[in-house]
Amino acid sequence: MEVALPRPRAAREPFLTRSLDNERLLAAILLAPAVLILAVFIAYPFVMGVWLSLSSTSVGNPGEFVGLKNFLKAWDDSIFRTAFGNTFFYTFWATVFKLSLGMWVALLLNRHFRGKRLVRAAMLLPFIIPTVLSTFAWRWMFDPTFSVLNWTLYKAGLIATKLPFLSDSTWAMWCAISINTWRGMPFFAITLLAGLQTINPDLHEAASLDGANAWRRFWHVTWPLLKPVTLVVVVFSVIQTFSDFQLIYVLTGGGPANSTHLVATYAYQIGVGAGLLGEGAAISLFMLPVLFFVVWMQLRYLRRLEGA
Amino acid sequence: MDTPEPRKSPRPGVNRRTVLKMTGAAGLAAAAGGLEGILAAGRAPAYAQGTELHWVRWNDFIPECDTLLKTQQVPEASKALGAKITLETIGFNDLQPRITAAIQSRAGADIFMLYYNWPQLYASALVDVSDLAEAVAKEQGGFYDVFKPSFQVGGKWLGMPHSIVGNTIAYRRSWFKEVGYEKFPDTWDEVRKAGAALKKKGKPWGQTLGHTFGDAPTWAYPVLWSFGGAETDRSGKKVAINSKGTMESVKWMQAFWKEACDEGGLAWDDSNNNRAFHAGEISASLNGASIYIVAKRQKDRIKDERGEPMVQDIDHAFFPFKGGAGQFPLYFSNGHGIMKYSKNPKLAKDLLRWLHKPENFEKWFQTAEGYSVAPTKSWEKHAMWDKIDPPLRMFRTAARNTRIFGYAGPSTAKSTEVYSKYVIVDMYAKAAQGMKAEDAVKWAEGELKKIYEG
Repeated sequence: MEVALPRPRAAREPFLTRSLDNERLLAAILLAPAVLILAVFIAYPFVMGVWLSLSSTSVGNPGEFVGLKNFLKAWDDSIFRTAFGNTFFYTFWATVFKLSLGMWVALLLNRHFRGKRLVRAAMLLPFIIPTVLSTFAWRWMFDPTFSVLNWTLYKAGLIATKLPFLSDSTWAMWCAISINTWRGMPFFAITLLAGLQTINPDLHEAASLDGANAWRRFWHVTWPLLKPVTLVVVVFSVIQTFSDFQLIYVLTGGGPANSTHLVATYAYQIGVGAGLLGEGAAISLFMLPVLFFVVWMQLRYLRRLEGA
Repeated sequence: MDTPEPRKSPRPGVNRRTVLKMTGAAGLAAAAGGLEGILAAGRAPAYAQGTELHWVRWNDFIPECDTLLKTQQVPEASKALGAKITLETIGFNDLQPRITAAIQSRAGADIFMLYYNWPQLYASALVDVSDLAEAVAKEQGGFYDVFKPSFQVGGKWLGMPHSIVGNTIAYRRSWFKEVGYEKFPDTWDEVRKAGAALKKKGKPWGQTLGHTFGDAPTWAYPVLWSFGGAETDRSGKKVAINSKGTMESVKWMQAFWKEACDEGGLAWDDSNNNRAFHAGEISASLNGASIYIVAKRQKDRIKDERGEPMVQDIDHAFFPFKGGAGQFPLYFSNGHGIMKYSKNPKLAKDLLRWLHKPENFEKWFQTAEGYSVAPTKSWEKHAMWDKIDPPLRMFRTAARNTRIFGYAGPSTAKSTEVYSKYVIVDMYAKAAQGMKAEDAVKWAEGELKKIYEG
């Protein structure tokens, strides 16, 4: 049997030091600020949003629980259905363009040329400028009366009448997609560029020696190694594009005749314009399952890639 | 070791301790409200605690009105009421989010500008200002009819009517003469013919049917009403949009849009027509007096194709036109609401009372030069109307017949929902884009039923 011998009595450690020695407590203390921030700025608004969507709350009136009534009303609303469809269309095409152009630009920027750093920095400009400001500039360029694009095309003899950039439903949607692409493409390009730079050049060299041309090197070497980064960028972009508000709000206000309304702009119109906070919250929550599904699918795929 | 020298006081005989003592004494004196205390403190008191007032209005389309308020009237009112009044002007589109956030958080400005029938929307958050409204109405000849259905809720005035921005057709006199109209055509058919002739000459009519708060609804609703259309019946519970009158109005708009208008108008906001008019791109547009007033105040810059000041060629004509079921405009009626959460509702009411004193309101009224008219009828007799330019004189009585949305029923929060969703505007926009008139009306009927009957 072992008997613990009394140790020479050490000076008693301060309470704080003793407490911090407890790993569980320390972990809780270190996590607390982050948890608090998440709780206040993410969890609380989200829970409030869910509660609002299930209530008849309007501005100044707390309302009462109405179950899924707001969701059913929204689904029965032709403007909502238009906005919902528009949001898918807008997100899909904007993401496709951002990905393909972003990839192309990243591959170009990955080469060595004079002024490379300057070009890389300049390319980020659309992403740095606040969306509201850049969209105002685009609105001027697409202005039905004073469009500089129309003026240039007309003076160059390429058109005889003005192009209806924002006054025709189809044109307006494609204009919005173009601006979103212009704004979001640098994010893709820079992130993919970072991904490209992690690829070991020896792999390309080896592929070249085996006789692979540029396309085969891209498809069999670059793309598989870039896939995880690409998926992360696409997830971020889909989330941002699907819930886009500023661009449409400034560019068209959802017009003409609701042809460019997105779920977020319509939710704002109902929640703030008409003061129906419950219905506005329900409309915006329609985005949640869609985004949740997209994120889940892509993360699942990503995990599988990492596991492979 | 050097000992630091005590910091020198900026004024001889006054150090930090003295300042603290003086401030404390002044604060105490102010709290006690006694003159003796103030004298003992040796300085004038700051504004008594709680005498600050925050007032939010739009950025006026006539900037001189904002300048007058900010540089003269707010300081005068602050002095007269012994309060620190802050006027903040923001964009129109920012007002609703600000009001919504303020009401929900029960904190924000004490007074907000309110448009159209917003008191219906924010009724539960607004202070009853009936005593003030009735006193001003009694003193100044009564409010225009539009205010009762829009600013009164349950028999109480929840907003204090402030002014009405009238709309008329601003047009180029010489261009209409060129196509044979010495006088502006005043019927729906004649306007369509004149517009078509002008568009053929590359001088189209410019109008918006976009998602804008002002020019699109003030164009669309009067077309509906003046052809005999209405959103609902008198009860406000049964949708009545699918009628012969509505159908005729949609068909007129469809034809007018194609034959006479700049079709880019589907994407215009509230300022596009002003810019297009001043650039000589359009022959006519429904607007407030700002097209004329800006052309007048910037006559060296805004010129016609002959190099003459454009203002000389601008005139105004009444809208809506004759030849239908009547002439019922929708003007931009507005006022102020005092928020229930305000800590100074009495002071806020005093400010509005001060603002509507004839000698104070007169200055603002004259600065607006007809762009905004008073909420009460006695101002029609004001001497200004005989002195201002003839094209502006038609705003004198313009506000008499204006309606508010929701017609033929009461103007409720549901009618605001219809307005916010642009259902009426989009009914015309869809037809202008090529949808069959019958289908456009049916679409609007479906949307209105969900709102009014759902």
